[in-house]
Amino acid sequence: MYNFEFEKPSTIADAVAALQGDEAQALGGGQTLLPTMKQRLASPATLVSLSGISEIKGICTGDDGALCIGGATTHAEVAAGAGAYPALADTAAHIGDPAVRNRGTIGGSLANNDPSACYPAAALGSGATIVTNARSIAADDYFQGMFDTALDEGEIITEVRFPVPEKANYQKFVQPASRFALVGVFVAKYADGVRVAVTGASENGVFRWTEAEAALSANFDASAVPDAPAADGMIADLHGSSAYRAHLIKVLTARAVEAAA
Amino acid sequence: MPNVSMTVNGKAASGEVEGRTLLVGFLRDQLGLTGTHVGCDTSQCGACVVHVDGKAVKACTMLAAEADGADVKTIEGMAAPDGTLSTIQQAFQDHHGLQCGFCTPGMVMSAAALLAENASPSEQEIREYLEGNICRCTGYHNIVKAIMAAAGHDVSAIAAE
Ligand SMILES: Cc1cc2nc3c(=O)[nH]c(=O)nc-3n(C[C@H](O)[C@H](O)[C@H](O)COP(=O)(O)OP(=O)(O)OC[C@H]3O[C@@H](n4cnc5c(N)ncnc54)[C@H](O)[C@@H]3O)c2cc1C
Ligand code: FES
Ligand code: FES
Repeated sequence: MYNFEFEKPSTIADAVAALQGDEAQALGGGQTLLPTMKQRLASPATLVSLSGISEIKGICTGDDGALCIGGATTHAEVAAGAGAYPALADTAAHIGDPAVRNRGTIGGSLANNDPSACYPAAALGSGATIVTNARSIAADDYFQGMFDTALDEGEIITEVRFPVPEKANYQKFVQPASRFALVGVFVAKYADGVRVAVTGASENGVFRWTEAEAALSANFDASAVPDAPAADGMIADLHGSSAYRAHLIKVLTARAVEAAA
Repeated sequence: MPNVSMTVNGKAASGEVEGRTLLVGFLRDQLGLTGTHVGCDTSQCGACVVHVDGKAVKACTMLAAEADGADVKTIEGMAAPDGTLSTIQQAFQDHHGLQCGFCTPGMVMSAAALLAENASPSEQEIREYLEGNICRCTGYHNIVKAIMAAAGHDVSAIAAE
């Protein structure tokens, strides 16, 4: 890893100011960024740690009933503290391993938008709002392809707001070596319809499976899950072909509906 | 260069570090606490697990600067000052929970974190908690057995496979 300056501000304003610096980058839990820097795939001149900003840590319930999670809240804290949204707590509880969950943060995961990560599916599947130091971004506008998001340079995720569904479930088919999702499907049933978000499968990153959403909004039953989506554009690697991943989407969606119902 | 101060195994420790100094590097190279191992340096194996403010973390994937002010515990802090092994360490010895011993510091620290959270874990819970700890020797069986024994479960009926 190349050397860098380390800063640890204690307010959002100071962090935003520090991130204006040349080649400055935010550091969440470091569970993705530090391995990336060791491989010299990233070499920021300054790392601005967000771990000292208490106003972006923790979980609360908003006036509209949404569950609000600070951007620097760790996976372990969400697993333990998001009891108001059990499927979300369960998603966090199965990210990586305990040591990763003790450091990794929701803001870091959503900023990174790994195509096989779990939180992007939860956020898109819940129609969450990603709140930054500058604005609020609907999940539908936020995810813009593999490792790509609507965030601007130096923008910090301060909070993520999850509307709490009537029922929800996340099914993760674990890739046992990386512990990421080979394919993961997040299903959430709201009063105004069902959302289905798929991670690990598409070459464009997390996406909504709209055919399944329409079918499940009409009939929330595993038997209503449509045929597997086309394999075009699905990831193919040594762990699974694109056809295999497409098949898993259908199977995991049905399992998620069964588990949620 | 930042100066960091922390409590390590109950004693104050401080030193100058670079931004990029990892916690595991600070512990091993600057404090001489070489019990914490580096197996992979890629956040996969868990040989480097230590406790920071009571929580298990991979010391190869945390900056020393991030541990400034923290309470850190390493494998060197597990036995009593007179060398008497902790319950978990003794159970690893009694149940042959190690062969080469390279993964053992991380295994013991993860096990200690688990038992602090859940005093009586099931075999399944132990196996899940150890997902981030890789052992190339034992096949895990006796590690799980040792942790079950340390948690007070009767393991006499579990075969040494
Ligand atoms: C062994 C292992 C297993 C894993 N398994 C899984 C898994 O099963 N599922 C899964 O989803 N993930 C998994 N991960 C990834 C893990 O969840 C990371 O914690 C997460 O991807 C990144 O979060 P972080 O807080 O560590 O961010 P960092 O690594 O610190 O940062 C990642 C990126 O986000 C930026 N960033 C960080 N915080 C913010 C913020 N608040 N606002 C804006 N930008 C920010 C950084 O600048 C950087 O670009 C795994 C990681 C490891 C090492
Ligand atoms: S050395 Fe830290 S996880 Fe392997
Ligand atoms: S005892 Fe050798 S790696 Fe575990």
